[in-house]
Amino acid sequence: MAATFHETIHVALSDIKLQQNILTATNRFNEKRREIVAPEALPDYQELRSAAHAIKKHALDRLDSYLEMLEGKVREHGGEVVWCPDGEAAVHAVLSIARENGVRLAVKSKSMVTEEIHLNDDLEKNGIEVLETDLGEFIQQLSGERPFHIVAPAMHKTRGEIAELFAEKLGMARNDEPTELTKAARGVLRQKFLEAGLGVSGANFLIAESGAVVLVENEGNIRLTTSVPRVHVAIAGIEKVIPRAADLAVFLKLLARHGSGQPLTSYTSFLSGPRRSGEINGPEKFYLLLLDNGRSRILADAEKRQTLYCIRCGACANVCPVYRRIGGHSYPGTYSGPIGAILTPQFQGLGFESNLPFASSLCGACGEVCPVKIDIPRMLLALRRDVKEAETRQEKWRWEKRAFQAWSWLMRHPRLFEWAGFFGRAFVWPEAEGKWIRSLPGPLNAWTDTRDFPPPAEQSFRRLWRARQKQRSPGNGKSG
Amino acid sequence: MAERENILHKVRTALGHHGSSVPEPPSPPRLIVPSWSPEERLARLTAKFLGETVRCASLDEAAAFIAARVAGRSAVAANHPLLERLGVMSLPSVRSGLTGRDESRDGCAESEIGITGVDYALADPAALVMLSSARNDRLTSLLPASHIAVVEADKVLTGLDELFTIVPDPAEISSSMVLIGGPSRTGDIEMTLTLGVHGPREVCLVIV
Repeated sequence: MAATFHETIHVALSDIKLQQNILTATNRFNEKRREIVAPEALPDYQELRSAAHAIKKHALDRLDSYLEMLEGKVREHGGEVVWCPDGEAAVHAVLSIARENGVRLAVKSKSMVTEEIHLNDDLEKNGIEVLETDLGEFIQQLSGERPFHIVAPAMHKTRGEIAELFAEKLGMARNDEPTELTKAARGVLRQKFLEAGLGVSGANFLIAESGAVVLVENEGNIRLTTSVPRVHVAIAGIEKVIPRAADLAVFLKLLARHGSGQPLTSYTSFLSGPRRSGEINGPEKFYLLLLDNGRSRILADAEKRQTLYCIRCGACANVCPVYRRIGGHSYPGTYSGPIGAILTPQFQGLGFESNLPFASSLCGACGEVCPVKIDIPRMLLALRRDVKEAETRQEKWRWEKRAFQAWSWLMRHPRLFEWAGFFGRAFVWPEAEGKWIRSLPGPLNAWTDTRDFPPPAEQSFRRLWRARQKQRSPGNGKSG
Repeated sequence: MAERENILHKVRTALGHHGSSVPEPPSPPRLIVPSWSPEERLARLTAKFLGETVRCASLDEAAAFIAARVAGRSAVAANHPLLERLGVMSLPSVRSGLTGRDESRDGCAESEIGITGVDYALADPAALVMLSSARNDRLTSLLPASHIAVVEADKVLTGLDELFTIVPDPAEISSSMVLIGGPSRTGDIEMTLTLGVHGPREVCLVIV
């Protein structure tokens, strides 16, 4: 039976090595990001964030027209567009493209969308070998695990663990030097690139006016995936659309800085279809798979539509006090960190893991660092409200509902509130004597499970206030 | 086609739109081009580019530099007129004139060094810009372990904003435009920087 969210969290919290790894890696990311968006490095940083938000808003508020424009342009440049209402349709499309083109081996670059639709499993089941080519994803694939972080999939593994893995799976002599491990991976994957009949990629942006996909990377595996095999399939969520190539002047200045603390990644590819006459290399066929898979439903919610502005940089996860303690694997669903906490409930339904919007201290760090200014804390609150509204309709929550109704009635009657406080202090807590309360009775114990409850003060604030008012102006007969 | 209508219908309904429409255009793109002198551009480029940069005062100097770098190592050159003028094609260990898809791929895979021209260089953020064409293919700058790129000083732009001002739609020109910021790199293993994962481990920009 699958572990619950709480169980998974407890396991993660007691794994000291995991804690250390996550903190070291995220500290590094955060330091680099802070440096590279500082005023000396990027003077118009805040303007760029606002511009990025505005462009995404414009594009998504008119997504239907932009999708049609994108399709027209892709076809004009010799590519094909396949519309995929859900993951199954997308996988089915990749399978038929592979079969049509006699593909037995496919190479793949890192793409959260392909994780979302479980592409690899289905291809393998149908006799097509699929190889992850991003080094971190390659490592995760070898060990049979999901990616741990949007940008650094194997960040939780030590070099020793990777060396063991390579020794076992690649027949490599055990050597934990990162340069040697990287060389081994390069060698294995280079062969596959040259043999593969199909390259599958995601897309960071879809340019409507150009009919193009834009991809950023540091390793070079995306360039190889999209340039060597005869067929290139790009899969992207419909929300990735931005209007023009020129809009990249805003986004490219933000993405790498937030994702990996660099001004630009090593490679940025702007690809518009199969190779044209005169060009020497490039794919012969290009397919763009547009994936809905619940995005149109999020689009319909005007309050939470901005969730779709995400450019998958991972900055929110790096600063989140929750993510930094429990790590990516603790989150159910494909996406982790703060963006995962608001995406997953909207993709999979509130009941999939109703605790997700509550797994947050609402510190606001995520909203502060988001390059496209998604108000993640507000989204979390809205989802909490939605969860509670759905829950309170159920009978089992009627006591909580009545307790809050009673509380709210009491709060609207100040004198009664004060008397209740007085009685509480005089009769309920006499043993407290200024000591912190280690555990509250009954269901209130959940509150004191991980913290102590402070003892009541000698005098209520209202009394103190009244006393002080009298001290200040003895003749003034106003009461508190 | 049913899937297409299915998705478009859901999107239109979600947005409260009825039927097909042309979107009202967004506000003009945010493109702010700094007014840096050519000298300032070169200074920024050489300071910030994550690969090696070499400034040459003349074509002869550049030709000599490349000849020295390539000596004794297998190399492949893209079919770029600038490289012709530098005499790169006639260097002993350099293969060139590869125009077929397969021979290009094999030639690049077998060579230690790839030599290309570029379409532009950007000063800040520092990058090379290459649009795929008959004279600049996709693999010469990607498969070999070393990449030598040659750019003429007057092709050095200030940055992304100027690039998209001059080339508002790269798709009109080529199926591929790539911005190269430096060598291939990864931090995937314990956040330790390692170069040359899949692409070249070193990039050298010769500015002439």
